[in-house]
Amino acid sequence: MANDSIQLDSQGRLKHFLTIEHLPKSLLTAILDNAERFTVVGDRAVKKVPLLRGKTVVNLFFEPSTRTRTTFELAAKRLSADVMNLNIEASAAKKGESLADTLRTLEAMQTDMFVVRHHESGAPEFIARQVGPEVSVINAGDGRHAHPTQAMLDMFTIRRYKRDFTRLKVAIVGDVAHSRVARSEIHALTTLGVPEIRVVGPKTLLPRGIEAMGVDVHHSLETGLEGVDVVMMLRLQQERMQSALLPSGHEYFHTFGLTPARLRRAKPDAIVMHPGPINRGVEIDSAVADGKQSVILQQVTHGIAVRMAVMSMAMGTAAQAS
Amino acid sequence: MKITISGGRVVDPVSQRDEVVDVFIDGDTIIGLGRTPAGFKPARVLDAKGAIVCPGFTEVGARLREPGAEHKATIASELEAAAANGFTTVCCMPDTNPVIDTPAVVELVNQRARGVRGARVRCIGALTHALGGSVLAEMAALKEIGCVGVANAGHPLRDSNVLKNALAYAATLDLTVFLDAEDPWLSAQGCMHEGAVSTRLGLPGIPAAAELIGLGRDLVLLEDSGARAHFRTLTCGRSIKYVNNARKTGLEVSASVGIAHLSMSDEDIARFDGHFHVRPPLRTRRDRARLIRGLAEGQVEVLTAHHEPHDADAKAGPFGATAAGISGFDSFLPSMMSLVEAGNLDLMRAIDAAAVQPARVIGNPPATIAVDGLADICVFDPAETWQLTADTMWSRGKNTPLLGRNMRGRVLATLVGGRIVFERKA
Repeated sequence: MANDSIQLDSQGRLKHFLTIEHLPKSLLTAILDNAERFTVVGDRAVKKVPLLRGKTVVNLFFEPSTRTRTTFELAAKRLSADVMNLNIEASAAKKGESLADTLRTLEAMQTDMFVVRHHESGAPEFIARQVGPEVSVINAGDGRHAHPTQAMLDMFTIRRYKRDFTRLKVAIVGDVAHSRVARSEIHALTTLGVPEIRVVGPKTLLPRGIEAMGVDVHHSLETGLEGVDVVMMLRLQQERMQSALLPSGHEYFHTFGLTPARLRRAKPDAIVMHPGPINRGVEIDSAVADGKQSVILQQVTHGIAVRMAVMSMAMGTAAQAS
Repeated sequence: MKITISGGRVVDPVSQRDEVVDVFIDGDTIIGLGRTPAGFKPARVLDAKGAIVCPGFTEVGARLREPGAEHKATIASELEAAAANGFTTVCCMPDTNPVIDTPAVVELVNQRARGVRGARVRCIGALTHALGGSVLAEMAALKEIGCVGVANAGHPLRDSNVLKNALAYAATLDLTVFLDAEDPWLSAQGCMHEGAVSTRLGLPGIPAAAELIGLGRDLVLLEDSGARAHFRTLTCGRSIKYVNNARKTGLEVSASVGIAHLSMSDEDIARFDGHFHVRPPLRTRRDRARLIRGLAEGQVEVLTAHHEPHDADAKAGPFGATAAGISGFDSFLPSMMSLVEAGNLDLMRAIDAAAVQPARVIGNPPATIAVDGLADICVFDPAETWQLTADTMWSRGKNTPLLGRNMRGRVLATLVGGRIVFERKA
């Protein structure tokens, strides 16, 4: 398919990491296996490996982020790269500089990798087409389109708890319409062979034609959670809680909030995930978020290892196959 | 000048003529067909063997970008490009800067067009002052200076009461109103058709309802005012039924479809390529098929290039951040001919939709290859293949998703009022 040509080089090796869509299962598995090896690094006294020594990584954030930017920064530093954080929101773009011009300037600084977050869907792909042949681009979230490293750390977390993807029922709950995380999760789960993926939410938060991505649509949390192995909650943005999409955060919690009672519909050993930051009492009850089925904090820890895997693979310093 | 167009196949929808016949021109008028008029000594003979000779095309609503955005295109560059692609008349939309809402701006456009070897230009004036949607434009003055109609180009009115009055006022003056059927509330956030493809790409969508509601509202108000209206560039299959029903109840409405919307669908939007970004958006394959059928059957009268040239920077960015619009002149004829070759549209009807109907909508003299008719003529080779590249394009705007594609069908010569304004060098 179209996207392969830009994400993979002529030998099928990862060059840019822009979207999960169209990537082969073997590559996703390699990311997870590499990440597994990197989790050990975090437990050592010296938390560094020299895989990206001498490389310059620029975190190019056109949209605010704390957790994603921090874990990318940590991942790059543990790989021994030099890291620069650029908050473009507050600089060039505000002065009217075009994205293409910002890029040319940064490339002139001999950057090896851009980690990009942008409010426009497709921006990292646009950037990947602009940069020179030696430069890699990693998508850290673009518009509503994709957040592939988040999806991979979710897959990593699921694999740690559930092992076999091909026997799972997974529910993705909440604001799918505006969620790049949900889209990437759906592609990753599909590619890894999950037989049943459900999206659950009110009609205002489930986008038209989502079935075409291979999911079942549920408008009731009770039925949507019935018998699932994994519950993936989505964050509800503050500005959408009281809008033409939803009447209030309170009513949302009442109808689609994940409470202990509702969670009992899922399998007893089901895990609960959330990309964070969580809205307690809106999409999730504190008793669930802090409960024994929650793996939310583990997700964050796994994020570093998964990002190390993706970055080192894109720079050609880690194995491309398991 | 006396000119003979020799050996071409004349395809003329008005007379339903389709035969190989010579055309004789004197001054701005066709003075004979077939037999050489007595004593006729042509100064030029255009060899049209193997070519099709038809009335020149009329574009009902192009962006020429001048005044105000000359870094994208100019009146001269686009009128020349139009002629090189078989257009003899081009209507200029009023959303220039300054807006075409006073006679002075119309005069400016006409003055810039003077001396250009290209298509002739006609202005469509603003419906409301500065296209602001609240105060009526001086439509009587715009009509007097020669505007062929009025429009709120690209700025569909939010306030239905203003539209109601604007239509009534235009009806008073017997002015055609060119409408973009669009509910601005439903389209505000979007940049492509809302559906499975926009969902997969994570691009905010413009639902079909935006066009249908806009169309429904406009038709109700047209019924009240009795104004004559032309709907520019319908994109939804269901819109055709709305327009059909309105026509049946006696409303004076006509409609056009854009060649891009007949050639592509939302599924073609690959890799977030901003060259596919156009307003109104490319719809589904089903819509596309219905629009083609509507055009073939005459339920939609006019085929338009929906020509919107841009500079390269306007398209250099992620899809949603790019300017909407496709530079349409250069691929118009080959795209139209590919519908003909695929058997979806017969040649006579295609020329009717590109030349005869738009001329009628803007009140031009009938577009026909007939004795005593105005010599606005396009001569094209339906079989010539060529590649659409930045170099082969005449428009200054190179913004088209078809760049690099092979085209079949190419204009050989264009005559405006008996004057050869374009002739392809062999």
